[in-house]
Amino acid sequence: MTPVQSPRRSLLTVDARTRRRNAAETRFRAYGIIAVSLAMLALAVLLYSVFSNGISAFRQTFIVMDITLDSAALDPTGQRDPAAMAKVTTIGYGKQIEAALVHALEAKGISSAEISAKDVSALISKESPAQLRNIVLANPALLGSTIHFRGYANARIDGYFKGRVSMESAVRDSNISPAQLQLADKMRATGLMEVGFNWGFLTGPDASELRPEAAGLGVAILGSLYMMLIVLVLALPIGVAASIYLEEFAPQNRWTDLIEVNIANLAAVPSIVFGILGLALFINFAGLPQSAPVVGALVLTLITLPRIIIPARASLKSVPPSIRDAALAVGASKMQTVLHHVLPLAMPGILTGLIIGLAQALGETAPLLLIGMVAFVRDFPAAPPEGFFDPASALPVQVYNWTQRADPAFAERASGAIIVLLVFLLVINSVAIVLRRRFERRW
Amino acid sequence: MTLVRMTLSTLAIAAVSATAAQARDQIQIAGSSTVLPYATIVAEIFGENFGFPTPVVEGGGSGAGRKKMCEGVGENTTDIANSSSRIGQSDIDLCASNGVNEIMEVRIGYDGIVFASDVNGPEFAFTPTDWFNAIGAQVLKDGVLVANPNKTWADVNPALPAQALLAFVPGTKHGTREVFDIKVIEAGCKASGAEAAFLAANGGDAKAASASCMMLRTDGVSVDIDGDYTETLARLDANKNAIGVFGLSFYQNNTDKLRVATMGDIVPSTETIANGTYPVSRPLYFYVKTAHLDVIPGLQEFIEFFVSDDMAGPDGPLADYGLVSDPELAQTQANVAGRQAMGPLN
Repeated sequence: MTPVQSPRRSLLTVDARTRRRNAAETRFRAYGIIAVSLAMLALAVLLYSVFSNGISAFRQTFIVMDITLDSAALDPTGQRDPAAMAKVTTIGYGKQIEAALVHALEAKGISSAEISAKDVSALISKESPAQLRNIVLANPALLGSTIHFRGYANARIDGYFKGRVSMESAVRDSNISPAQLQLADKMRATGLMEVGFNWGFLTGPDASELRPEAAGLGVAILGSLYMMLIVLVLALPIGVAASIYLEEFAPQNRWTDLIEVNIANLAAVPSIVFGILGLALFINFAGLPQSAPVVGALVLTLITLPRIIIPARASLKSVPPSIRDAALAVGASKMQTVLHHVLPLAMPGILTGLIIGLAQALGETAPLLLIGMVAFVRDFPAAPPEGFFDPASALPVQVYNWTQRADPAFAERASGAIIVLLVFLLVINSVAIVLRRRFERRW
Repeated sequence: MTLVRMTLSTLAIAAVSATAAQARDQIQIAGSSTVLPYATIVAEIFGENFGFPTPVVEGGGSGAGRKKMCEGVGENTTDIANSSSRIGQSDIDLCASNGVNEIMEVRIGYDGIVFASDVNGPEFAFTPTDWFNAIGAQVLKDGVLVANPNKTWADVNPALPAQALLAFVPGTKHGTREVFDIKVIEAGCKASGAEAAFLAANGGDAKAASASCMMLRTDGVSVDIDGDYTETLARLDANKNAIGVFGLSFYQNNTDKLRVATMGDIVPSTETIANGTYPVSRPLYFYVKTAHLDVIPGLQEFIEFFVSDDMAGPDGPLADYGLVSDPELAQTQANVAGRQAMGPLN
């Protein structure tokens, strides 16, 4: 047994092995930096593409002019009876707007002689007659007077001011001509057209392919809000009750093990599977209406429950046993221990899990596909609770719908809708972080 | 405890209003994504003017829409199925087995299928024979059937530009693909003489010969697009050499990015499709469950409005969007007004 001879050397000189170990550490740090920068790069590219395409959706070109409401054309009976006035369709109102535009052009001294009357009226959105009709039907006393009207301009004109349409592309474009763009330039110079913030994008309903300029997110935001409300009301008590029972009261046996495994598995099931379940259970069996937020919310609740139960159990488990022991030692019952001492301490973690679960539910599209929510819905749902049963859309659904449309203006709107969705998610996640920061206790 | 009580009362209110909300007052439509934009245009104007709620329109494909309509009679089934191909006997049988005995067939007009390439690329003038020789799996070369050797469009037809072959065709789940197969590939197979060769090779079995005609190359020259036309356009943008298959209305909305090719020397347009000279077109339909006509408010008004001259006529908004107006629209209007259910398929 000879003792192992270690070479004598100074600690200050770096030998080959130490150099290798140091190099390995440097490499490891470099890998980490590369991984982080790749992730940052991907995020930056994503945000750049979404924002560069979508930010323009919040601005819109409007036509501003005075319209004299011709009572002979808009109320043929002269009785100011809303039912009789409703017989005048948007075609009749469209003629009024066209006449008003021609009049406004003359008043501003803009010659439109080289463009046909049809091309001039094509500058106005097809949504405008409906807007005007709603204004008049809501207030028949306006008939005969001159009102100030602000309506959307056609999507191609809007695209021209946003740089999506150019004079060169207009030559090849069958929907717009360079002459129309020149007229639009003149109208903007004289104040007949203006570009401004587009509240309609946030509050208006979806629109058909003939009027992309009017398409908005109103119905989708309302539908998503209704669904999140129901998911919150259902998933919070069920999820918290289930996790408290499983964590604090249930005996440890084969059954509870089985349930635990199942919950973990359910959290990983693809969401489209829940959509199929929802179609079979809630629509075909329970007879709930199609395209309704209540059905979407029930499906999303099923998806969210395991995603809530797992973090809720984890945060109950992280409450130190000494708290329970102390409460039990002074004579509290098991239920008092849990409700008075354990639950308040676990609440920040439970709420964080709940909010992140809600945020995930907000972004789900696939399960909604099967229950008829991926649809063209133009009417706003009524106020709750009846509104829960009216057809509605949802934010991610609206993104999906718009990416499929032919008109390029919808691509811009799809990116705009993604921005709105991202803002909602950001707000929800910040609430989760604030809650955690304020109420979390460390042991 | 208050939380529990609040939850329970909310659920109770929801349950009560569920029974109140059972009566559906808006029309439900589902089906072909080709018909979808037309249906949304009509639905929008209908909702504005008629005092009925705006119908809810879903996509999902022709087959899925017809199956959904055939699920049965009742307020939680759809009223109208949009379809870019005619209903088949199997769907009619499915309907009948679920108690949907009467359906009304409404032809709203025609849709053209166009071949388009990048707007800055060369002009193309195709014939069905060119397409078959370009993407058919086996073609006739010097009188013998061989695996397709062509590499450029000039190999296929010396009159075409020497551009590498690459075609984006609709996937098999699309109604468009059926029309493409029959009106272009099969027609080209016949015209090039390959069908006769397939017939001889299969001992006169017409079915086998037709199946051989429809076989497309699998070496990456012909790419199936399972998404919609926006995906085809995006792929075309990345691959400037390719030729894509689009619907006429989609092309008309993107004329600044796409250059359309002629087929048999005919430029596709609403006029050439209406008079039948442009060969690749198909009728578009919707199917209505007649049992729902008196149950769902506004359904009869909606379908009459859909086929009215104001909508589906040659100067209506649907024609603006690319629908080719049906020359026999008056007959369709009479059928719809008379609630004429469809007879057996002929």
